Amino acid sequence: MHHLVIDRWSRGSSPLHQRDPRAKLAALLVFLIVLSTTRPAAQAAFAGYAVLLFLAANLAGLPIGGLIGRAALVLPFSATFALLTWWSGDSLRALSLAEKSFLSGMAALLLVGTTPLTGWTAALESWRVPRMLILVIQFVYRYLFVIAEQAQRMRWAALCRGSHKGSKTGSFRLAAGLVGVLFARSWQRADGIYHAMLARGFRGRFVPAAPVPFRSSDAVFFFTCLAGCLAVRILL
Amino acid sequence: MPRRPHIAVSRAIQIQGLRYRYPDGTQALDGIDFHLDAGESVALFGANGSGKTTFVLHLNGLLRGEGAIEICGLPLADATLEQIRSKVGVVFQDSDEQLFMPTVLEDVAFGPLNLGLSPDDALTRARTVLKRVGMAHALERAPYHLSAGEKKRVAIAGVLAMDPEILVLDEPTTFLDPPTRRDLLTLLRSLPQSKVVVTHDANLARALTTRAVFFDQGKIAGEGEVIEVIQRFHWEYS
Repeated sequence: MHHLVIDRWSRGSSPLHQRDPRAKLAALLVFLIVLSTTRPAAQAAFAGYAVLLFLAANLAGLPIGGLIGRAALVLPFSATFALLTWWSGDSLRALSLAEKSFLSGMAALLLVGTTPLTGWTAALESWRVPRMLILVIQFVYRYLFVIAEQAQRMRWAALCRGSHKGSKTGSFRLAAGLVGVLFARSWQRADGIYHAMLARGFRGRFVPAAPVPFRSSDAVFFFTCLAGCLAVRILL
Repeated sequence: MPRRPHIAVSRAIQIQGLRYRYPDGTQALDGIDFHLDAGESVALFGANGSGKTTFVLHLNGLLRGEGAIEICGLPLADATLEQIRSKVGVVFQDSDEQLFMPTVLEDVAFGPLNLGLSPDDALTRARTVLKRVGMAHALERAPYHLSAGEKKRVAIAGVLAMDPEILVLDEPTTFLDPPTRRDLLTLLRSLPQSKVVVTHDANLARALTTRAVFFDQGKIAGEGEVIEVIQRFHWEYS
């Protein structure tokens, strides 16, 4: 059984874990707006944002190394644009592009690492995000494990039949075959899930359970985040 | 075969002349006549592809073929579909297809919420049922973190939470190890609902049901007491 590390992180009990998901989502939004509007020349501000994130990660008890490693996964994508900007002669803007994408990834990881999926999707729902989008997020998250395990079993079966001895062309052909079969099986599974939902009275919409009340401590948390972000943005 | 004395009992399921053809032309069911008395449990045997699963998908209108289907006296039709789905609980073979909500508690509450219960009542009912199937410790766990046996218990809880009169179990012991099978059997025997059990497992059928129906190429090839059907169709390894 595979366990997603972030899923395990999100089941913690730190003060940050206990905050209302809506407050954390609002704080993330504020952080992203402030970060994206920071001038490339304000390098001290970027350092300030990083300090804020590290403090939050520390408060949540999340491993800094694990967070940095996962946030760095966005760098190959932003690096393409950063390199183009570098070649056009604006090295400071190139650097800020990479910094902004890395810090954004880190902030988003902090949210999902301190809030179970149910919490932040419920927060999105309370913000009137289209239900279909939320359903897609939930199902992808739920069945990613099942599909990944199925893919691994198929890969093992191929290895058992000597797939590692083949040429590179053969490997590509095998990978294409696996993807095709995986797609067909996912399609069948989707059909099965829909049947199971209908069998339990599904009529096209998820009936939500009662929302968690927004407490004053959640408001204090949000305004602290807001003040911290603005202080870094204005003072540094 | 000794005839059972005729007793006036209410019918949980009454089916006449059920036919179903898949869009690719395969005739999956070809004139099925079937009945299940209230409180009775019946096993469905048959080779892979003989039509058993297609048949049970008709019991709460997931598939709609030709023929007459009555569930607890209600004819299966668009107007009665909602009522019938609350009376027939289907536990699917693959629990991963049945457990689609992010946590165990939410998954079990899914059905009651669809039935129109308030969130508080639905969650209370879900907790009660999870306790009954021995999964009260896993309320906030994600379904993909459970073992195969635990998933099956939660899947059964999800169906029991809708308070059905008939339980349909499609290969309930698939993927389960012997101790888990034993525990599941104990749980299923304690449930008072009428049961339709699709299975290849002769031991399970003997322990859980009193009557068996044998499917062959979309038709009922024979029916009777479980042991008699097993012997007649050689439905055991040895």
